Amino acid sequence: MDLSIVNNDYYLSGMAALIGDIDKQLMVMLRDGRTLIAFLRSLDQFGRDKGYDEWSIRYCFLVGNLVLHQAFERICIGHQYADIPRGLFVIRGENVLFIGELDFHQPLRVPLIEVTIEEILKLQKEDIEKKGRIEKLRQKAMIEHGLVGEGNPIEEHY
Amino acid sequence: MLFYSFFKSLVGKEVVIELKNDLSIAGILQSVDQYLNVKLTDVQVLDPEKYPHIQSVTSAFVRGSVIRYIQLPPDDVDTQLLQEATRKEITQPRKE
Repeated sequence: MDLSIVNNDYYLSGMAALIGDIDKQLMVMLRDGRTLIAFLRSLDQFGRDKGYDEWSIRYCFLVGNLVLHQAFERICIGHQYADIPRGLFVIRGENVLFIGELDFHQPLRVPLIEVTIEEILKLQKEDIEKKGRIEKLRQKAMIEHGLVGEGNPIEEHY
Repeated sequence: MLFYSFFKSLVGKEVVIELKNDLSIAGILQSVDQYLNVKLTDVQVLDPEKYPHIQSVTSAFVRGSVIRYIQLPPDDVDTQLLQEATRKEITQPRKE
């Protein structure tokens, strides 16, 4: 592929700019809160919206589905983390929050400690329970004040 | 398309993007498309204590639909011009 065309920002803006990130190791955050680190192998461009100018029709698209290879899920609770190997992922574009390019050589401002998968799963379970308890209290307080809970904004209107 | 053009004029400026999951990231606006998906370079997470695993991210693509706010550099926004442009767009009949 001729990368000089691909990396030209005039031609490829927004989602299409990701074509330049193919085969790089990326961090992808999903709407359900999961974080994956994987190689981006492919993306597609369905949902092209007609009715805009020629330039937009040709190069912009709404949902880009992603194919991630050698993915591992990084669970991070507090300053501890663990990576769980997951393999191949095909992700529907609407579930993607954020795609980041990584530089593991950059010094970390907040140090991270790697722990075992068992440990992180235990920590994650505790963390989810804690968040659930806080959410329950919050909902109860809101109902007492006559407010109906708004739910999770990410889940509801992404 | 007005705000798409507006954000295109801010390319190269430093912005802070707040997502609907309360994650805030600062970076230099690299590109934007018609859905207001944005691409940032020189990314910094504003709350590294809460999101330590995002520290090693250098550039990021953010899907427009999950953005709650974009904080803009005040000196680079001509509010007068923007107001005029919004009024002009609303009075103009929409192109088919």
